[in-house]
Amino acid sequence: MDSSTRKRVKMAAVLVDDDEEELSPDEENMISASEDEEDIDDDRKHTKLLEAISSLGGKRRRMQAERSEASQQVSEFSVNAEGAGEKVKLSDLLGCAEETPGAPSKTKKQLRKLQNSKETLELPLSRQQTEKIQRGVAYERSSKEVSRWETVIRQNQKAEQIIFPLKQEPAGPKRVEQVVAGWKAQTPLEQQIFSLLHSNHQPVTDPVLTPVEEASIRAMSLEEAKIRRAELQKARALQSYYEAKARREKKIKSKAYHKVQKKAKRKEFLKQFDEMMKTDPAAALEELKKMELSRMEERMSLKHQNSGKWAKTKAIMAKYDESARKAMQQQLELNKDLTQKLVVSSDDDDEGGDDEEASALPDFVNESASGSVNPWMRGKLSSEGHEVTADPVTTTTDEPASSQTREEEQEEEEEEEEEENEEEQLLRHFQTKRKLRQDKEDDLVPVTQEEPDAHAGAQEDAEETARDVQEEEMVEEDEEEEEEEVVSEFNTLFNRLMKSTRTPTEPPPQGRASRMREAELAHDEEGLLDETPVRACTMEDLEALVHHGTAEETAASASHAAGVDTSSEPRSEKEKKKKEIDPSEVLTKDANVITVPLAPTLVEGEEGEEEEGPSTQMSIIKEAFAGDDVIADFLKDKKKQEEAGKPKVVDLTLPGWGDWGGVGLKPPRYKRLKFRLKLPPAAPRKDQKLPAVILSEKRNSSIALHQVSQLPFPFQDSSQFETCIRSPVGQTWNTQNTVKKLTAPKVVTKLGSIIEPPRKEDFLPDRKSAGALKQRPQIVLEEKGGKAGKRGGGARRARRRRRQKK
Amino acid sequence: MKVKVLCRNPDDYVRETSKDIQRVPRNYDPTLHPFEVPREYTRALNATKLDRLFAKPFVASLDGHRDGVNCIARHTKSLSTVLSGACDGQVKLWNLSKRECLRTIQAHEGFVRGICSRFCGTSFFTVGDDKTIKQWNMEAPGYGVQEEPLTTILGKAVYTGIDHHQSEGTFATCGQTVDIWDEQRSSPIRSFSWGVDSFSCVRYNPVETELLASCASDRSIVLYDTRESAPLKKVVMQLRSNTLCWNPMEAYNFTCSNEDYNLYTYDMRRLDTPVTVHMDHVSAVLDVDYSPTGREFVSASFDKTVRIFPKHSGHSREVYHTKRMQHVICVRWSADDKYILSGSDEMNIRIWKANASEKLGVLTAREKAAIHYNQKLKEKFQHHPQVKRIARHRHLPRDIFKQKRELREMKEARRRKEQNVRKHSKPDSVPLVTEKEKHVVTVVE
Repeated sequence: MDSSTRKRVKMAAVLVDDDEEELSPDEENMISASEDEEDIDDDRKHTKLLEAISSLGGKRRRMQAERSEASQQVSEFSVNAEGAGEKVKLSDLLGCAEETPGAPSKTKKQLRKLQNSKETLELPLSRQQTEKIQRGVAYERSSKEVSRWETVIRQNQKAEQIIFPLKQEPAGPKRVEQVVAGWKAQTPLEQQIFSLLHSNHQPVTDPVLTPVEEASIRAMSLEEAKIRRAELQKARALQSYYEAKARREKKIKSKAYHKVQKKAKRKEFLKQFDEMMKTDPAAALEELKKMELSRMEERMSLKHQNSGKWAKTKAIMAKYDESARKAMQQQLELNKDLTQKLVVSSDDDDEGGDDEEASALPDFVNESASGSVNPWMRGKLSSEGHEVTADPVTTTTDEPASSQTREEEQEEEEEEEEEENEEEQLLRHFQTKRKLRQDKEDDLVPVTQEEPDAHAGAQEDAEETARDVQEEEMVEEDEEEEEEEVVSEFNTLFNRLMKSTRTPTEPPPQGRASRMREAELAHDEEGLLDETPVRACTMEDLEALVHHGTAEETAASASHAAGVDTSSEPRSEKEKKKKEIDPSEVLTKDANVITVPLAPTLVEGEEGEEEEGPSTQMSIIKEAFAGDDVIADFLKDKKKQEEAGKPKVVDLTLPGWGDWGGVGLKPPRYKRLKFRLKLPPAAPRKDQKLPAVILSEKRNSSIALHQVSQLPFPFQDSSQFETCIRSPVGQTWNTQNTVKKLTAPKVVTKLGSIIEPPRKEDFLPDRKSAGALKQRPQIVLEEKGGKAGKRGGGARRARRRRRQKK
Repeated sequence: MKVKVLCRNPDDYVRETSKDIQRVPRNYDPTLHPFEVPREYTRALNATKLDRLFAKPFVASLDGHRDGVNCIARHTKSLSTVLSGACDGQVKLWNLSKRECLRTIQAHEGFVRGICSRFCGTSFFTVGDDKTIKQWNMEAPGYGVQEEPLTTILGKAVYTGIDHHQSEGTFATCGQTVDIWDEQRSSPIRSFSWGVDSFSCVRYNPVETELLASCASDRSIVLYDTRESAPLKKVVMQLRSNTLCWNPMEAYNFTCSNEDYNLYTYDMRRLDTPVTVHMDHVSAVLDVDYSPTGREFVSASFDKTVRIFPKHSGHSREVYHTKRMQHVICVRWSADDKYILSGSDEMNIRIWKANASEKLGVLTAREKAAIHYNQKLKEKFQHHPQVKRIARHRHLPRDIFKQKRELREMKEARRRKEQNVRKHSKPDSVPLVTEKEKHVVTVVE
């Protein structure tokens, strides 16, 4: 046995000793118990003694306890077999491994290597350390679990109103089946019915919901359902937008537009056809056949060969009318197109790219995203779409009606039309929006006309027109912006739907929350209770309380003001004043001047009627107030106030200081110059240009009692606070519903109900239900879009296409 | 043909009952109703005054105990039932609406240290100085039948507190160790100890029902998880905490009442500093209990007062005291958030209103609307000096008032001294320690 193995064995022994030290009382018991059996086994005792002596010589005394008595705690190390005293060595164990033939050579090799290696094993961690690590892990785990509540708690904190108990039983009467248990089907008919219901998994006691339905309800919470409903609503709205759009496009009578449209469509169709050739050759072949058929039909008929009645009339006109000539030309071109043999076009790279996009997105998305000028948002909505229009190819050339008239016509038609509810609502909505916009425009124009009343001449006109133009441009820009908004909104919605991945809302950083709390705390420090040994029992006491408090405050403010005066720094005072909240802004609202347009004309009329009236009145008034000249008094008063407000010269000369003083002696000139201080002139009075008003700019102490001197905590600046104070909440100023909303309490408790703490299963989503959430059907806009296409423009387009082929 | 007629909604002019006031259509044109701010200000001022005038929080006193009331527990299923244990080993069941004692049990010899009701409300547990845990039936025994506990567990050491699990048949006791018991077994299913000699209080978390917290006599607060074999963490403070209470709406917050006159709200995830230090008491705080809405908590103190604190506020919003109330030992908030029960040294249990000026009983819709409006006005004008002054005024007994002033002076002196030391020593050599950090010694993992 080499040194390394000995080391290892020693270490094991040490480990055993560690555990044995704890168990020492037990061991002793055992030993004493063994001593009781003295007379039975004497020589065993002797051997034990010898063993003990021999072990004394060793480095450490090591006891192998013997299990002699049934006890609760038995150490694995104290269980012993025969030959207890012998130490097991590693070589003993390994030796038999070497000898056995079944042992794989690999393990043998490993063992040999182990035997030869010199490095020792690391000591296992002490119990204290392991426990510490265990505690750390457990703490982490439980704090993570507790953190799952954070969103719920935050939500409750932020809620405008929270109603306790949180989990309320649905109100209203319950069904008899829910209340009464133990009802059984008795008559054979009942039994038959119930057996049928049972076999079909239909609800028996509760006649509304099947288990499947209930499960589905449980799977989706109210919020989820609301979100889903909103999504569906939006999708439906979009669908109807596109229906409306298609209908409107359908109504456009401009030939040029349709031509372009048709061309684009044909191009697209070809592209699609190419695609189809790759993906679905059978369908492509069918399409090809159809095209062929339409070509054959075209070749057979004389439809576009300028041989019809219309063509003949046109031919007569063609000499003089260019448009007629053009129309005939077009007909011929069409014929040529249709009769041409189909050549499969090679696809361009960029077109292919577009195609891919098109496949990824529904076509209306592409249209709305790519078309910077979106005709369907600007134009008037039409709802003629349901009528099947004549073949676009055969439409006659109408006189291009002006857009104005067309719009009017459409409006009229719209009024007459009756359509499905949703669509109509949508259309109405659009219409109102548009009207509003128009109104705005109308409003804007007269204002600009009124404004430049003061000016005169041709310049004014020019300016006006320029401004008008500018404004119109502005309006147009606004419109465009609106359109862009709509488009972008739609795009974002679509993106969201396409992603259909829910990113869990991450809780905001804790630092901010703690800061918020600290701020709250700081605020609260201010709001201490005024605890005094005085008891306020009556209204008078309370009032006295106020005066007591305010007296202190005023004293403080007075001393403060005095300090300011002595320092003679009007600047700083002004700054102080600025900081304070202006009483006029907080407590009063400037009286609104009611301008009644009829009033002056009435007065004029009266004057006209009795011309001598005013003069007589004046004389009467003069007679009545002959003694006191009110106006002069007022002016005097004002002058006095002005004088008082002017800064005075401060005379700091000390008579008799440095020269003679006495009655009749004036201080010398140099002194007067030096010690008479002239203060800078005061700021112009506010009532300087108001002849009939005296505005006092002094701080009114009686108002000051009611004023807020510092900006309270949650507000950022005084204007915020002022607006908050200015808006009334009472019933005198608001309607009943508004008052109800404004004064709703933050916490509502139900009288006589026990408020239980929230339960985990009610508020934290399980993993299971989260899974259900994932599984629930998402709205697939592609489907919706497809449907929209089918219901709206798509079906018609397809029909048109078919006709074209014919 | 379309016939256009004038039509009015009868809801606009028909009264609900003949006793209701006449409905008058109203013109809300702001020019017709000027001076809205001054008028509302006056209303707010009046509302605050009336609020203080009607602030009569004391409802009733339940007397019957023959020694100081040591613990109170609320019934989990009945609002009108309350259990209380006294220092002479008596347990009483009270009917609050009748204000009478339903039942008296001589439960223990010596103090009744802790009492708690089972989650279903059919039985309750008591622990006492006689080293026993007893379970009692909530129903009174029949006439002539002696009161006997359903089960009795004899322990090795004195139990100082007990709390029951929110929804399972397990409970926790504390004494020399914190033990978790199964109701069916006579030995604890788990016992935690972490080098501490004794615990004074143990409480289950009502939301995360597997978590526990306890106050130990070595000035520490220890957290446990019943699913783990070892305690989670402990925080050692400068003075001992007497009791603690978890916030019933926020799983991770708890508040402990401390011997240093303060209460501390902790977030269990960040034990190194308390979230808030609640100061106002002038003597050791003996008990604390949260309102079931989790917005406020009430504390009982050795200074003979009961105070109500908003959960985030550093100072109390209300202080209750009466001449005859001595050291308040235990306090509980009723399960409907309306009342507070306090048990004190002089053998009485007092019932207080949680909102001092609240009108009791069922309110009519108009009363409710008026109350809400007044509340809103008070809130809106709370920063105005007169309103603030009236709303904050409270009466205090003279000796508490003096003590408070004294404490304030001491605190100010200490602060000034620290400031001076800082001023006259090398910069950064005297660190700035916030009030929150001052009271925590260490966090032991």
